[in-house]
Amino acid sequence: MPKDHEGIGAGTKRREDVRFLTGAGNYTDDINVHGQAHVHFLRSDVAHGRLKKVDTAAAEGMPGVIRVFTGADFEGVGGLPCGWCVTDRHGQPMQEPAHPVLAQGKVRHVGDPIAAVVAETAEQARDAAEAIEVEIEDLPAVIDMKAALEEGATKVHDDLTSNLCYDWGFVEENREAVDKAIKEAAHVTTLELKNQRLVANPMEPRVAVGDFNRGTGEHTLYTTSQNPHVIRLLMGAFVLGIPEHKLRVVAPDVGGGFGSKIFHYAEEAFCTFAAKAVNRPVKWTSSRSEAFISDAQGRDHVTKIELALDKDNNFTAIRTETYANMGAYLSTFAPSVPTWLHGTLMAGNYKTPNIYVNVKAVFTNTVPVDAYRGAGRPEATYQLERVIDKAARELGVDPIALRRQNFVTEFPYATPVAVEYDTGDYHGTMDVLEKMADLSGFEARRKESEARGKLRGLGLNCYIEACGIAPSQLVGQLGARAGLYESATVRVNATGGIVVMTGSHSHGQGHETTFPQVIADMIGIDADMIEIEHGDTANTPMGMGTYGSRSIAVGGSAMVRAAEKVINKAKKIAAHLMEASEADVELKDGQFSVAGTDKSVAWGDVTLAAYVPHNYPLDEIEPGLEETAFYDPSNFTYPAGAYACEVEVDPETGKVEIKRFAAADDFGNIINPMIVDGQVHGGIGQGIGQALLENCVYDESGQILSASFMDYAMPRADDVPFYDVDHSSQTPCTHNPLGVKGCGEAGAIGSPPAVVNAVIDALHSGGHKVDHIDMPVSPARVWAAMNA
Amino acid sequence: MYAFDFERPSTLAEAEKALAGEDAQALGGGQTLIPTLKQRLAMPEKLVSLGAIQEIKGVCKGDDGALCVGGGTTHATVAREAAADYPALAALAAHIGDPAVRNRGTIGGSIANNDPAACYPAAVLASGATVVTNKRKIAADDYFKGMFETALDEGEIITEVRFPVPEKASYQKFEQPASRFALVGVFVAKYADGVRVGVTGASEGGVFRWTEAEAALSADFSTGAVEGMARPADGMMSDLHGSAAYRAHLVGVMTRRAVAAAS
Repeated sequence: MPKDHEGIGAGTKRREDVRFLTGAGNYTDDINVHGQAHVHFLRSDVAHGRLKKVDTAAAEGMPGVIRVFTGADFEGVGGLPCGWCVTDRHGQPMQEPAHPVLAQGKVRHVGDPIAAVVAETAEQARDAAEAIEVEIEDLPAVIDMKAALEEGATKVHDDLTSNLCYDWGFVEENREAVDKAIKEAAHVTTLELKNQRLVANPMEPRVAVGDFNRGTGEHTLYTTSQNPHVIRLLMGAFVLGIPEHKLRVVAPDVGGGFGSKIFHYAEEAFCTFAAKAVNRPVKWTSSRSEAFISDAQGRDHVTKIELALDKDNNFTAIRTETYANMGAYLSTFAPSVPTWLHGTLMAGNYKTPNIYVNVKAVFTNTVPVDAYRGAGRPEATYQLERVIDKAARELGVDPIALRRQNFVTEFPYATPVAVEYDTGDYHGTMDVLEKMADLSGFEARRKESEARGKLRGLGLNCYIEACGIAPSQLVGQLGARAGLYESATVRVNATGGIVVMTGSHSHGQGHETTFPQVIADMIGIDADMIEIEHGDTANTPMGMGTYGSRSIAVGGSAMVRAAEKVINKAKKIAAHLMEASEADVELKDGQFSVAGTDKSVAWGDVTLAAYVPHNYPLDEIEPGLEETAFYDPSNFTYPAGAYACEVEVDPETGKVEIKRFAAADDFGNIINPMIVDGQVHGGIGQGIGQALLENCVYDESGQILSASFMDYAMPRADDVPFYDVDHSSQTPCTHNPLGVKGCGEAGAIGSPPAVVNAVIDALHSGGHKVDHIDMPVSPARVWAAMNA
Repeated sequence: MYAFDFERPSTLAEAEKALAGEDAQALGGGQTLIPTLKQRLAMPEKLVSLGAIQEIKGVCKGDDGALCVGGGTTHATVAREAAADYPALAALAAHIGDPAVRNRGTIGGSIANNDPAACYPAAVLASGATVVTNKRKIAADDYFKGMFETALDEGEIITEVRFPVPEKASYQKFEQPASRFALVGVFVAKYADGVRVGVTGASEGGVFRWTEAEAALSADFSTGAVEGMARPADGMMSDLHGSAAYRAHLVGVMTRRAVAAAS
């Protein structure tokens, strides 16, 4: 019988924290391969220019230098591939530029790698990189997206027809109906806003170690990745031409990703390539400064949204026009973020019959942009929930009542933007929020704040997200160049212990704790009999990794399927041992028993029999107890929630302080409520960072003005309040075996609009008729808005 | 960082000698210099750490009643040891950076660097302190020469800063959200012979005295005396975190708050 605090629903402490907190983790930078050399990348310090000369002669003669590489060394090598092809409004594929490992001909953003020095030490590599003579003919930097699309604008890629990657309409067939509904509406609220660019800044910067075994011809890449199998496929098949059986990719302990470690990066391909070329292991460790100019960045949308309402305040149409910044190249999944992860969510929690989303994706001379915690869904939620709040104010109606009036209430619900919500209870979740957040006590708290000279505001937000990414056939139709199933192997050892090898990857999510809870529950054994292995393509089945809140919904489902196969086989063995019919065998609390008898055998007896098959039906079943399953979801999952934020604004300085934050989420069934709390806390903290602090800013010449923590404001502990979180509102997912929905991104999606809505509410309470302030809602911006 | 020679003398005399060489650079707590070196933005031939010189460390009371802080004294030490005699100065020191910064960074290092957003220059200027070096004594009013500029000569070492202790004082800092340096910091100090107001973080010229506010507060030390008084935006810094107008506005707000909090 398992310990009662270890199964599904138990708030078990994270077993991995012991090693993380005591310095016993094994991160990529901890990996040092015997004989390794070090690489330093010489990166462009201008945003746009033509390479006139890259002279490495002096550098090659520097102490410790093994070899200097330039773009010329990669002319016969594939470029970094893009994993998603978006089809535009006119049925044409997006414009897809080449993305060389090292710059060829032009540099296109500050940080674009021009050359790479491999040397005995990192310092020698850096010294030599400074000795490379580079001549760049400066070209005008393309920074502003709308200017980039003007006739005659400088082109980021000379061989493309323009800086437009695609002009996407969704759903194009809805367009006329939406235009008509807006024309005929009783009221239309319009809002123009920016969802600013962010830098992911995981605690662990990226690292890559390439190793080549000339005895076997096998390559190994150790890398900070959220999805080692994806890197193996992309890099092996599309960049370097190495077949999978000669390429092993290992992503060991990874210190946070937030999306930025999904993608295949040039440095990974370089280290793998160079290790063979110089016949030495090659290691690169990013500095924090380098991360600011080489890690894919997030968000960066400029949007106009219109919300149409009838005379009874029912939503009748939504029309949006968004400019989405791709940066200088297409990062691995960049095209999907403003389209299929954004347009499909534009219905939110509301039954709006007509929706049309237009997105123009634009190339600029900036660091590439790709998925960042929430990826497209925060951008959708932010604009929708901001415009609803503005509409409520314009119409003089209660923002909660306006939302409730328009909630989807019947499920399944097919939205006008191509997805079907399987289940939800938006009123029930809002009920939980109203009580938890003590909304009825707000006016008293506002008076108390006012007595201290502060303006208090209340901001509401509802969100829906599509998680459990993704049904492969659906995303294939939408342009994905990959399947998005997940895999698991459940290996039972002779004495009953279990190792689960999963294609999911944990980089902070706590899989090593939660996944065993599921197996413990299914078999009825202690969770500490179960270990999780992940992150190494050599010992895990091909899986797609962790992002899009998919691990428990898709990876967990694969594990359940594999465990079911194991249990079915074990029951056959148990039936043989007990001389009973297989149909009568039950498994409970780690014991197989025969219904209606006192016959039973323990889990360990059956597993031992599987590997010591002396008394075993070898004529009917194979020995051993190990099964693999691949699970492809039939739909996305749709976590939803309602958030409330209370802020105080200092009217003298414009400084915003968050006083209360309550989050009511519906994640369906929950495996470990403590870990879910932590995921929500982290997500809200990240969302507060976006709402109040973080901002990646480029000047007109393409230099990043916020390229270090001196100017890029990360949220700190004292920037965030204690959170009230509740996930008791549960409508289990109807189409996966665990009834789970995923919780990793919810906080980051749900919190920014709640914070900004609260600030706007506070300003109105002080008589400041401010419609909108772009994030980050910094003291300077609030003060400027109040004094405009 | 680039390679450099390193010396760690234990006396002032040895330090002077070590700094006499070509391209030698004194190292205090290293809270600015080390990051600069790591980014390869500085290339000294030799670093001379002042960290082992006991004679320039510590906090004591001078015969004239001034609080004397050794140039090599860390912020954490000032926060602890100046608390009884000069609580506003101790509070300033207690809110510089984070614990790691406060246990490495020194007052001498801070005012030798004279970052326009550093906290200490506001206190030194508002207190009418005297900067004592291995060569001379420099009045605060003569010491700060603009952003990152001071009256120090090459190789000159700050051995002590002498703060006349005011009747009342307070430092109010409005933090830049990312660095948490002062976006605007105002140190108000009330002495028997008048009030001095030192402002950091705001001006393109570095730390400065707000003489209009000083006159008003010397006549009437109350928030009412500076109510509605504002600095012009001319000459104020403008960046990602605040326009010149915003900084000018904050100078007034922080001054009033400092007067209200002065004790």
